[in-house]
Amino acid sequence: MKRFRGFVIKEFYHIFRDYRTLLILFGMPAVQLLLFGYVLTNEIKDAKIAIYDPSKDVVTRRISDKILSSGYFLLEKNLHSVAEIGPVFRQGNVKLALIFETDFAQKLEKTGTARVQIIGDASDPNTANMLVNYTTGIISNYLVSMNSAAVPLRIIPEVRMMYNGELKGVYMFVPGLMAMLLMLISALMTSLSITREKELGTMELLLVSPLRPTQVIIGKVFPYVFLSFVDACIILGLGNAVFGVPIQGSIPLLLMECFLYITMALSLGILISSITSSQQVAMLISLVLLMLPTIILSGFIFPVENMPWILQALCYLMPPKYFISIIKSIMLQGNGMAYVWRETLILLGFTSLFLVISIKKFNVRLA
Amino acid sequence: MKTIFYIIQKEFLQVFRNRSMLPIIFVVPIVQLIILVNAATFEMKHIRISVVDLDLSSTSRKLVSKFGGSPFYQVRQTTFSYKAAEDEMKKGQVDMILQVPAGFEKKLVCEGQAKVQFVINAINGQTAGLTNAYSTMILLDYNREVVMENTTPAMMAGVKNILTEYSYWYNPKLNYKTYMVPGILVLLVTIIGLLLSGMNIVREKEIGTIEQINVTPIKKIQFIAGKLIPFWIIAMFELAFGLSVGKLLFNIPMEGNLGLIFMSASVYLFVILSFGLLVSTITNTQQQSMLVSFFFMVVFILMSGLFTSIESMPQWAQNLDRLNPVMYFIRIMRMVLLKGSSFADISQHFWSLCIYAVLINSLAIRRYRKVS
Repeated sequence: MKRFRGFVIKEFYHIFRDYRTLLILFGMPAVQLLLFGYVLTNEIKDAKIAIYDPSKDVVTRRISDKILSSGYFLLEKNLHSVAEIGPVFRQGNVKLALIFETDFAQKLEKTGTARVQIIGDASDPNTANMLVNYTTGIISNYLVSMNSAAVPLRIIPEVRMMYNGELKGVYMFVPGLMAMLLMLISALMTSLSITREKELGTMELLLVSPLRPTQVIIGKVFPYVFLSFVDACIILGLGNAVFGVPIQGSIPLLLMECFLYITMALSLGILISSITSSQQVAMLISLVLLMLPTIILSGFIFPVENMPWILQALCYLMPPKYFISIIKSIMLQGNGMAYVWRETLILLGFTSLFLVISIKKFNVRLA
Repeated sequence: MKTIFYIIQKEFLQVFRNRSMLPIIFVVPIVQLIILVNAATFEMKHIRISVVDLDLSSTSRKLVSKFGGSPFYQVRQTTFSYKAAEDEMKKGQVDMILQVPAGFEKKLVCEGQAKVQFVINAINGQTAGLTNAYSTMILLDYNREVVMENTTPAMMAGVKNILTEYSYWYNPKLNYKTYMVPGILVLLVTIIGLLLSGMNIVREKEIGTIEQINVTPIKKIQFIAGKLIPFWIIAMFELAFGLSVGKLLFNIPMEGNLGLIFMSASVYLFVILSFGLLVSTITNTQQQSMLVSFFFMVVFILMSGLFTSIESMPQWAQNLDRLNPVMYFIRIMRMVLLKGSSFADISQHFWSLCIYAVLINSLAIRRYRKVS
């Protein structure tokens, strides 16, 4: 036990003497959370719009005003002909073009109908879809208010946004960022620190020492458990204090789940290091194989339910997916163990799977 | 010149001799491209709803069947207890609860207006917004039908109508894949390029072989060039390969001039690789270098405009984003490939990349010291 303690202390020295790494380790989650919390929003603001309005009458002006004052759009250009739309789109700033027909108000008055055309730049389909939806919404609202005296029988939708009334993007980023950073620090850093000893040749020294191999591994991993845990707390605290992301559920349960996820990531890191011999390979495996999938296949940004079924099946093999849904469930919905026991069991399963494989793969002799 | 050639040869040998590196560099990214492109979609296909119809009148039933009949919705649960529905939402089984209060039809007929409730799980703000938009649209449609059925043409005389038609240019079917392939390809090439170059010099430092190079007459600029060019070739090859896969498998449009793409790519990769080498020269261990690269990579990727739109960022962040090379290149790729933009359209982004390349490369050369 005393030997083991000495070994753990050595590992802590390794980490704490490297100021730069330490700075990045603790600074990174804070900076990224602040950056993304302020910067990344899913809602659309100030999208550039071009308007072609040949009739320039009261109604078209009022509709344009409604659209421009909605906060979604900024007028970039008044077009003089329909032919200008192509070049304007190709320059890349304008996202939406609005085209009124000639004599708009007159036609509306006389025949009861008038036409307006909305063209979205769908080279970014997501934004185009949302913008077109917003615009149609604004126009039909205008129509409803214009006709309010005439139309009987109105069905009014009453919308309640649960758990995130202001539709803040940061509610998605706190769980996602936790999943990503904890994975990085735990899996990557441990796999690098073990392969580093192999690469430098000092692993031999450790293996011939009276420490048992399991003690060596646990000793290497231990400081990172601590570091990751501190990072998890930084993210949770900042998210709560700065962005007001609530922690509805029980905090001990939340921390316990973080701990479980960290253990899972660490055992993955051990697994990676037991099958590789150089830091470069270990890093490429962890980053290339883990980074984009953790962003894309975990429900961090793209909802899993919308994917084709093969990919959904693949998502079920991604540990971060379970962690993210656990965190969301506990933090934002205030659920207890009764709602997350299944995900918790799955994470436990992953952990033991990774551990068993790496123990089988672990070799006391290096060459 | 000959010196540079030898360094290039050495680097290539090092990459190609490492059996486990090759698949990671060439196969994994392409596999990821194929998989991730399918995953990265905001398309809402199955909005899972729970219906709480407390009215059970013909009007409310028709309304519910409107939702059930829409291809976007999937009725997961029909219940009379709002609590049960909310519980289902807590479990993450439904995205929206549609509640029709008791006395809905009566109110509609007697008072001329009535309410229904949409309760939406808004943890993901974006999908919540879309769910709301779709649901309101269905409701408006249905409302129009109800009005038509219950009024005479004479009553409708004063009602005006504005017909809105919409069309989507460059991607009429809103196919997310054509949008995602160029973007994700850029990300993959960037990750590989940045990692390879970022780990390179620092690895030589760690192993100690940098000393052997330092005592040779190789000039700084030759050394950096010799390190840069092999990865540049690998990354260019990878980009071309990825584009072909995109064309063959996903049939992404290539409206513009491909020469323009490769011209911009050559400058872009120069920026990324120099960035990696710069990181490599200022760090001491591979672990440090990896952390620094990772930090910048995540920021670059998430701010690149691929996942969220740049226009909706606050102004200071948009200004900051001018330092993000990934943003420029993703824009260029999309503008040229999807919209057929010409050089004049992308020139601003292109020159920004050029300036970036010169700056960061001279910085990397300056920071590399032959004396440790």
